[in-house]
Amino acid sequence: MAEPLLRIDQVGKRFGGFVALDGINLSVAPGERLGLIGPNGSGKSTLVNCICGTLQNDSGSVHFDGKLIDGMAAHQRTILGLARSFQLPRPFHSLSVAENLRVPLLYAVKARLGPAISPRELDAHCVEYLRLVGLDAKAGKRPRDLTQVEMRKLELARAIAAEPKLLIADESMAGLSHSEVEDILKLLIRLNERGITIILIEHIMSAVMSFSQRLAVLVSGKKIADGNPAEVVRNPEVEKAYLG
Amino acid sequence: MRSGLFTFLAIAVAALFFLGLRAVHNEYLFVAGYVVLQFVVLATAWNILGGYCGYVNFGSAAFFALGAYTTVFFHKAYPLPIPLLMALGAVVSGIAGLGMGYLTLRLRGAFFSIATLALAVVLQTLVVNWDYVGGSRGAYVIRPSSLDVFGLAVPYVQYLFVLMLGLVVLAIVTARTIERSRLGFGFATIRDDELAAEASGVPTLRLKLIATTISGALMGMAGAPLPYYIGYLQPSGAFGLEYAVNSIAMPMIGGTASWIGPLVGALLLGTIQEYARVTISSSVNLLIVGGLLVAFVIIAPNGLVGLVTQRLRARE
Amino acid sequence: MDFPLELFINAVIAGVLLGGFYIAVTVGISISFGMLDIVNIAHPAFIILGCYIAYIVNSTFGLDPILVGILMLPVFYALGAAVYQVYYLSFEKRGQEALRGLAFFFGILFITEVGLILVFGVDYRYVEAPYIGPTIHFAFIDLPYRMLIPCVLSLVMLAVLELFLSRTFIGRAIKAVSQDQGALALMAANPVRIKRIAFGISIATASLAGAFLIIIQPIEPSVGREYIGRVFAIAVLGGLGSLPGTVIGAMLLGIVESITATFYGPSWAPAVAFGFLLLTLAFRPSGLLGR
Repeated sequence: MAEPLLRIDQVGKRFGGFVALDGINLSVAPGERLGLIGPNGSGKSTLVNCICGTLQNDSGSVHFDGKLIDGMAAHQRTILGLARSFQLPRPFHSLSVAENLRVPLLYAVKARLGPAISPRELDAHCVEYLRLVGLDAKAGKRPRDLTQVEMRKLELARAIAAEPKLLIADESMAGLSHSEVEDILKLLIRLNERGITIILIEHIMSAVMSFSQRLAVLVSGKKIADGNPAEVVRNPEVEKAYLG
Repeated sequence: MRSGLFTFLAIAVAALFFLGLRAVHNEYLFVAGYVVLQFVVLATAWNILGGYCGYVNFGSAAFFALGAYTTVFFHKAYPLPIPLLMALGAVVSGIAGLGMGYLTLRLRGAFFSIATLALAVVLQTLVVNWDYVGGSRGAYVIRPSSLDVFGLAVPYVQYLFVLMLGLVVLAIVTARTIERSRLGFGFATIRDDELAAEASGVPTLRLKLIATTISGALMGMAGAPLPYYIGYLQPSGAFGLEYAVNSIAMPMIGGTASWIGPLVGALLLGTIQEYARVTISSSVNLLIVGGLLVAFVIIAPNGLVGLVTQRLRARE
Repeated sequence: MDFPLELFINAVIAGVLLGGFYIAVTVGISISFGMLDIVNIAHPAFIILGCYIAYIVNSTFGLDPILVGILMLPVFYALGAAVYQVYYLSFEKRGQEALRGLAFFFGILFITEVGLILVFGVDYRYVEAPYIGPTIHFAFIDLPYRMLIPCVLSLVMLAVLELFLSRTFIGRAIKAVSQDQGALALMAANPVRIKRIAFGISIATASLAGAFLIIIQPIEPSVGREYIGRVFAIAVLGGLGSLPGTVIGAMLLGIVESITATFYGPSWAPAVAFGFLLLTLAFRPSGLLGR
């Protein structure tokens, strides 16, 4: 592919004696929709943490947008345009829903654009993102007053509000009903149409299959498949390890 | 209310307060009042790091004492005007805050708190072994009896009182300005969920360092006039545990969410302690503080201000 | 230069004996902080409480202080369980342990110290026992019994705890809860109950540690504060939650403190532990053994 937006070379991570990631190679092209699947404990979340800077990889390198981002703090990666939602929502409880979205706008976006964006524009963006996920009616509420589904939407919205080039959605659909899953999928596809590259980490296979242009499979810290979703799913190793 | 207006009002209230006390013609009020005002500053300063960012500092005494010993250090060489000493105390304690923060703020909050305890003891040991500032023997600082202000002889204690009052205004205005700014917004995210804050682009380490520096500097400023106030400075006094306990208890009892809490907590607790110290004994007043801290932390975690706002919200 | 070898060796040995005692002091924190993630900075207060109880019973009834420490084990255990229950209901459940939990323990530390001052005053208290005076002499090496016995018994206590944690069901459940509460809940064990038991044990160790302390040196209420730094320095240095690590950390600290006190004077001793702690936190927070 042409210069990938995200390039992960031989990334390794261990916790004491436990090898969580073992020489992972992965590339994501700009504008791509990549699905990442794997059984629980396969290292998906660790990989996300290493990409986003919550954890530092022990070996290998991570390049984003042509820059080497190893060793960079998480907030700097977000400013560069890399955002993620957390598997278990982590809202700012003492702030309102709207204020939760203002945090990445005020910090990541403002740091990136500086004087080029005015406070009024930031506010407008905040309102827009609230509407995008359907939380505009709850703008003034506290996170503890939201339903589970709404909290997941807030979590996703907060990542979107960082106005990233690459968004990693970490199991945003767990526990949602079929129509809610459809809603989130439509949202993610709409974001992708705007040019945002998306990595979708999910267990809901129907969603992953309909969303992904490319599918990667992680098992026990190793990538065992990477390519066309229909073919990957038919790969006997994948069947054995995950779907079987 | 805009910052400028608030500052003006704060100064006005402080001035009225001072003039009111002068009208009562009781020297004791200034002596006792100084201590209470000192606690207001310490509580407000502590809260910037503790209440706003969620990082508990057990070593308030260290920053406070650094300010006091900076004064002693310079006093031996050449007596400087106290406002300048306060500025120097701010610089020294601010740098100490920055340094300590840099060493420990990359760790979890609990480790930071333990480190602050360690720092207080290390600094105390260094001072105890440093003869130039008196070591464990202590240092004497002669306090002039009065200050000449436009031909009027103001008792020195009142001069110190006014300085501390000015520092209270500075501390409160600083705290309030932070609360309402982008910085305070960032502090709140650190307190709520530091990991999520980082992921949202908040430079958490930098903000925490700013908080420790400002907090330390204010505490240092509060400590700078101390040698003149008490005349004889001993490490066990300057580094005393009562400063650590009070700077934690007062905001937690008053309420950590805004600048009002530490003010309320310090005024209330400071007055109670002074009363208990005079009528019963100084150990009992410390017991009261400790007991109230534990009680409030369990029963009313949002402090007195929190209780009041809850009542008001329930009525709506 | 005439290096005082004999003095140095005695200092090292004294440090080893001291280190052994420090194990008893720290093992409680290894459990509460290392395994349960509870920052119980009031632990030294419980130890001092143990000292004073040993003192009262010893001076009133003449009972051996170590015996008192053992007899009081169930009382301290119950106290620990009660404290944990309050801590859990007030803070852990609400997710507020970071700020308020710390303040809670700090308050307890403070109340205990001030309370003891009010009751006993600031005079030094000590216990009487037949082994407190005598010393064994090997050539130039001095082994005071009052240091030797607590050291040995501390190691015994550590061994017993280690066996408990690795052989019994509850012990293994405690180790499990320190790693993954969710998995423990799935195993139909109640994590809260397990943690309460563990915390109770951690405070129970303070009963014995207190008895050892007052045998080693006379105490007064503010002695506890010196131990905050020591306890956490050892726990962090040795790697949180690792009992063997506690041994290494304790010995290291004991030896360095002893050498410092011997050659530079005792007024520098408190700084040693806290300085260690600061350096470890700054440069190797996962401890010497790393995790």
